[in-house]
Amino acid sequence: MMFDRLFEKDVAISGVGQSEVGRPSSLSAMKLTLDATLEAIADAGLTRDDIDGVACWPGDNNNGDAFSPVGPNALISTLGLKVNWFGGGYEGPGPLAGLINGAMAIATGLCKHVLVFRTITEASRRQTDKTASALSNKTIGRDSSFFWQWYTPFNVLSGINLMAMYAQRHFHDYGTRPEQLAQIAMTCRANAALNPKAVYRTPMGLDDYMASRMISTPLRMLDCDVHCDASTAIVLSRIDAARGGPNPPIRLEAIGAALHQPWSWDQIDLTAMVTGEVAHMMWSRTDLKPSDLGSAQLYDGFSILTMIWLEALGLCPVGEGGRFIEGGGNIARDGLIPINTNGGQLSGGRTHGLGYVHEACNQLWGRAGERQLKPHHASVVAAGGGPLGGSVLLVRE
Amino acid sequence: MARKLPALNPDNIAFWQGGKTGSLNIHHCSCCRRYFHPPAPICPHCLSQDVAPRPVSGRGRVISYTINHQRWQAALEVPYVVAIVELEEQMGLRLVSNIVGMPADEVRIDLPVRVTFSQIEDVWLPFFERDA
Ligand SMILES: [Zn+2]
Repeated sequence: MMFDRLFEKDVAISGVGQSEVGRPSSLSAMKLTLDATLEAIADAGLTRDDIDGVACWPGDNNNGDAFSPVGPNALISTLGLKVNWFGGGYEGPGPLAGLINGAMAIATGLCKHVLVFRTITEASRRQTDKTASALSNKTIGRDSSFFWQWYTPFNVLSGINLMAMYAQRHFHDYGTRPEQLAQIAMTCRANAALNPKAVYRTPMGLDDYMASRMISTPLRMLDCDVHCDASTAIVLSRIDAARGGPNPPIRLEAIGAALHQPWSWDQIDLTAMVTGEVAHMMWSRTDLKPSDLGSAQLYDGFSILTMIWLEALGLCPVGEGGRFIEGGGNIARDGLIPINTNGGQLSGGRTHGLGYVHEACNQLWGRAGERQLKPHHASVVAAGGGPLGGSVLLVRE
Repeated sequence: MARKLPALNPDNIAFWQGGKTGSLNIHHCSCCRRYFHPPAPICPHCLSQDVAPRPVSGRGRVISYTINHQRWQAALEVPYVVAIVELEEQMGLRLVSNIVGMPADEVRIDLPVRVTFSQIEDVWLPFFERDA
């Protein structure tokens, strides 16, 4: 589909912030949120009074549970913001939905500076309840949800059971092997060694991966991201306003947010999920090509998802993900396309979505410290698994 | 452990209680003559509302699966197999279930399976077993 005007090009990232990444943190969810958001506002050269919009995914839609304990309502009240627009909610194109919604609020003229944030406190919650995130806890009593009732009666109690079936099918169809998939976790661990905030920084070898406990075949414990307590914030600004700030604007060059299949975990393409239509939409809105990218920050809630995003985004051919990552060279810091340079969620911590944007911006601005890549001007962030999926192409002016 | 059971409603009751009479009921559209799942009051292909549950053979094949080893809850018995089964009536007609009555490590993609019901309260869970 062609459009006269691509709204996202009027929007830029002007500042980013992040709290400590704790496992667990002793700080409250709100304190973590304040640390991230105040840092982002200052980074953008703005003050509290400049913020006229707030966006969040998924927002506080579960009564303050650890998956998203702070939503826009609480933050607006706590920071004393006066906003023209605000919004949160789970139903959208994955963990980048807050960023995409915020960009739309700016492009439509509702707001000039939107504060986007994501807070998560699953590490501290797990200390008191190991089953806090079980899918069966999404509803009380019988499962009345339109979607989850097709899974929970069969003891699909964690998303890993669903992701594992995508991996199994990918292994079956394309000959992908565990030794290949291991490279996602190993690459993230190697990158995490250069990130002082990362949760796991000790070296990981192939033997460590292969010896890791099987959780849901073919996925092992080291294929799962690591729970943490953290908050991440991004300030989106109208492009003209961003140009007056202290940081070179990072434009939202193109957005992918498509869903052309049922919102379902089993009625979708099992080896691509929704990544195909998301990536197609994003690349159709830009003249840039995969070869222009200096880094790719790709969702690794489970390792298999990163590999599927690599394929969908055209960083390797569909079905070739296993062979592309084999040995790890192509996705290493000095490889064809460096991925998850802060350690991702697998080793850095499950900041869940905006952590990838935070890292991409710091790399584009050349302030990633010891883990700084060679200078580049474009980066892709993609997040989600199953029917959740979204991507953003970022370009530094 | 106690399985989470679905809340029954007019759209899903024929599926979850079909096992009472031994039949796996899947919604079918009289207009475009296609099955669809999960059940809804409208056909997602042609938008006809002339839809109703219809018994199917209960035979299909595994199109993907996983052996779950993690004890998510204290009383959970592991390992168990979660699978996506494609029913023989129509390409792409799928549902998630458990593969039962066989060693977990013998489950394979393309394994032929047939439905077998397990009643808990007023719900008949459609599991699948190897179709010999
Ligand atoms: Zn129809």
